[in-house]
Amino acid sequence: MMNKTVALLAAFLLAAIAGPAASSGGDIRLEPAPGNRLDLPSLQRGARTFVNYCLNCHSARFMRYNRLTDIGVDLSMIQDNLMFATDRIGDTMTVAMSPQDGRAWFGVPPPDLSVIARVRGTDWLYNYFLGFYRDDAARSGWNNLVFPNVGMPHVLSRYSGTNRLVTTEYEDHEKAEAAAIAARSLVALAPARDHKYVVESLALETPGTLSQVEYKAMVADLVNYLDYMGEPVKNERISLGLVALLYFVLLFVFAYWLKREYWKDIH
Amino acid sequence: MEKLLNWIDARFPLTALWESQWGKYVAPKNFNFWYYFGSLAALVLVMQIVTGIFLTMNYKPDAAKAFDSVEYIMRDVPWGWFIRYLHSTGASLFFVVVYLHMFRGLMYGSYRKPRELTWIFGCLIYLVLMGEAFFGYLLPWGQMSYWGAQVIVNLFSTVPIIGEDLGVWIRGDYTISDVTLNRFFAYHVIAMPLVLLGLVAAHLMALHETGSNNPDGVEIKKQPHDPATGLPLDGIYSHPYYSVKDIVGVVVFLAIFSVIVFFVPDMGGYFLEANNFLPADPLKTPEHIAPVWYFTPYYAMLRAVPSFLNSQFWGVIVMGVAVVIFFFLPWLDRGPVKSIRYRGPLYKAWLAAFVVSFLILGYLGVVPVTVWGQFPENWWLLGAADRATVVARVLTTVYFLFFLLMPWYTAIDKTKPVPERVTG
Repeated sequence: MMNKTVALLAAFLLAAIAGPAASSGGDIRLEPAPGNRLDLPSLQRGARTFVNYCLNCHSARFMRYNRLTDIGVDLSMIQDNLMFATDRIGDTMTVAMSPQDGRAWFGVPPPDLSVIARVRGTDWLYNYFLGFYRDDAARSGWNNLVFPNVGMPHVLSRYSGTNRLVTTEYEDHEKAEAAAIAARSLVALAPARDHKYVVESLALETPGTLSQVEYKAMVADLVNYLDYMGEPVKNERISLGLVALLYFVLLFVFAYWLKREYWKDIH
Repeated sequence: MEKLLNWIDARFPLTALWESQWGKYVAPKNFNFWYYFGSLAALVLVMQIVTGIFLTMNYKPDAAKAFDSVEYIMRDVPWGWFIRYLHSTGASLFFVVVYLHMFRGLMYGSYRKPRELTWIFGCLIYLVLMGEAFFGYLLPWGQMSYWGAQVIVNLFSTVPIIGEDLGVWIRGDYTISDVTLNRFFAYHVIAMPLVLLGLVAAHLMALHETGSNNPDGVEIKKQPHDPATGLPLDGIYSHPYYSVKDIVGVVVFLAIFSVIVFFVPDMGGYFLEANNFLPADPLKTPEHIAPVWYFTPYYAMLRAVPSFLNSQFWGVIVMGVAVVIFFFLPWLDRGPVKSIRYRGPLYKAWLAAFVVSFLILGYLGVVPVTVWGQFPENWWLLGAADRATVVARVLTTVYFLFFLLMPWYTAIDKTKPVPERVTG
C-alpha cells in the first residue's frame, strides 16, 4: 500500500513540477546566467551599473536606497556614490522621466524594474543584454535577438561593442538544431520559411572598451543585482529556511516518539 | 480548574461538545497514510485565515494601489514576505490536500451510505474553495490576476440571453475594474470564509454522527463491543491516539510547507506566476493566459469542447458539470463493497483511468494547445487538428465515463468478500 501511495504522490508532484510554462521563447537557446546571490562584490558592481545606466529611464519604485545595506554597502557610501536623484536615503528609486515622455521617445514607457527579474527570469535578462545588434531599420538603430523590435537602445554598447546579425540557412530542422546547440551561445531558431531553417546568431563588428569576457561579467553582475532587487529578502529567506527545516526535523523525532508511545497498546 | 469547567458545563455544553466531536469520538484503528489529509486541510484553513487577517492589515483593495501594496508587504512590512508566502503557498497546498482527501474518499468509498451528507458538505466545501481561490487570485492585481478573472467572468457571459447582463452583474462594470476588485475583496475576506467555516463545521458534525469509514470499508459500529472498554472491537478513541498521530502528519506537512515557502515560493511559476509580477494592464492581453494549476483540469476541458451553434457555452456547461457531478457519487456507485481493497478489476481500472485523465488534463490546462503539434493534414477526421486538443477531448470523455458508467461497472464487478474485522 505504501509503495502505491508514494507512487501516486510522486505522480501528483511531478504533474505539478514537470514542464513549467515553457511556452515563451521556445526557439531561443539562452546561455545560463552565472549569478551568485551571495557574491556581495558582484551585487555591488551590479548596483553601480544599475544606478548609472538603467536608473535614468527605468525606475525601481519599490526599491529603497537604504535597503542597499543588504548587499554590504553602508549608508554614507550609498549617499555619496549611488544616489543621484534624491537626497533622502529612505526614498525609492524613482526617475524624473514621465511615462508620456518615455512613450514619445521610445515607443513605450520604459517599464519599472523592481520585480523585472521575477517576470523574466535571470537567464532571459542576461541574454537580453548580450542580444543587441545593429539594425538600421529599427527606430533606435538597435534590435535584439531575445526581444525582437525592442524599443530600448543598447545603452551599454560602449562596453560591449557593436554586434551584427548573422543568419545561416539549413535545409532540414535537425541540422539547424544541431548547429544551434553546437554554437554554445545565444542563438535563435527562426520559424521555417520555404522549408529553409534559419539560425540567427551574433558576430562582433566593432569591439567596445571591454573584452567579450569582461562585458559578460559586467552583465552577469547587473543581472545578479536585478535578481536581488526583485526579492531583497531572498538570502534571509533561504537561511531562515534551513533553521525552520532543522526545527521540524527535531520536532518530528519527538512527535514520532510520542505517537509510538501512545500506540504501543493498540494491536 | 475543574470547578470552572463545571460552572461552564452547567451553562454551555463545552465538555459534551469536545467529547462528541473529538475527545470521546471513536474511530477505526486502521487509518493509514491517506487519513492525514482531513486534519491537514483543517490546519491549512486556519493558517489561511490567520495569514489572511495579517495581509488585510496592509493590503489595499484599490486598482491604483493593490499591486503596490503587495510589493510593500513583500519589502517594507516586517515579516510581510513571510506572511504573504505562507498565504500564497497555503492556497496551492490547500488544493493539494483537498484533492488527496477527495481521492481517499474515492478509494475507500467514504461517500457511500451512511456518509452521503458528509460527502455532499465536502463537495460544497470544494466548490466554495474554488470561489475563494478565484476571488483571491484577483487581489494582487497582476497581469494574470486581471486576465484570468477576465476570462473566467467571460465564461458567464456565454450563457444564452442573460449572459451579457450576468457578466456585468458579477463584475459591477463592463470590464474587470476597481469596482470588481472591491467586491472580490469582500467575497474573499468575508463572504466565502464565513460560508467555508460553516460548511466545515457541518462536514465534521456529519462525520462524527456516522463515524469514520476506514481503508477496509468495515462498519465498526456494527461490530460487537469489547466488554472491557465498551468500544467496538476495532474502535479507538480519537484522543489521544489520532491526536498524536495527526501531530506527526502536521510536522511532516509543515516541513514540506517550509521547503516551498523558504526555498521555492513561486514553485517554478506554478504557485506564483511570473506574469503576475507585472501590474494589471487592461490594454495588454498576455500571450498565454492559464489559470493557476489547481483549476487547469477544468480549464483543459473548457478548451477541449468545440463551439457549437456559434456558442462557447457548451464548454462552460461541461466544466460546470465536471465539478457538480461529484455530488452524485453516493448514488452512482452500486457496488456491494466500499473499499478498493475488495473491489474488482473494473472499478480499479476506471479509478486509475480517472486519476490519469485528471492529471494529464491538469497538465494540458497549463500549456498552449499547440504543445504537442498537429496531426498530419491528410489524416482522416483528425487532419491538422491540435494533438493536445484531441487528447483533451478523449480524456474529458474518460473523466465523465468514470461517473456515468459507474452504476453499471460497479454492479457487475467481481468483488472480494469483506472481512468482519479491519485488517490493519
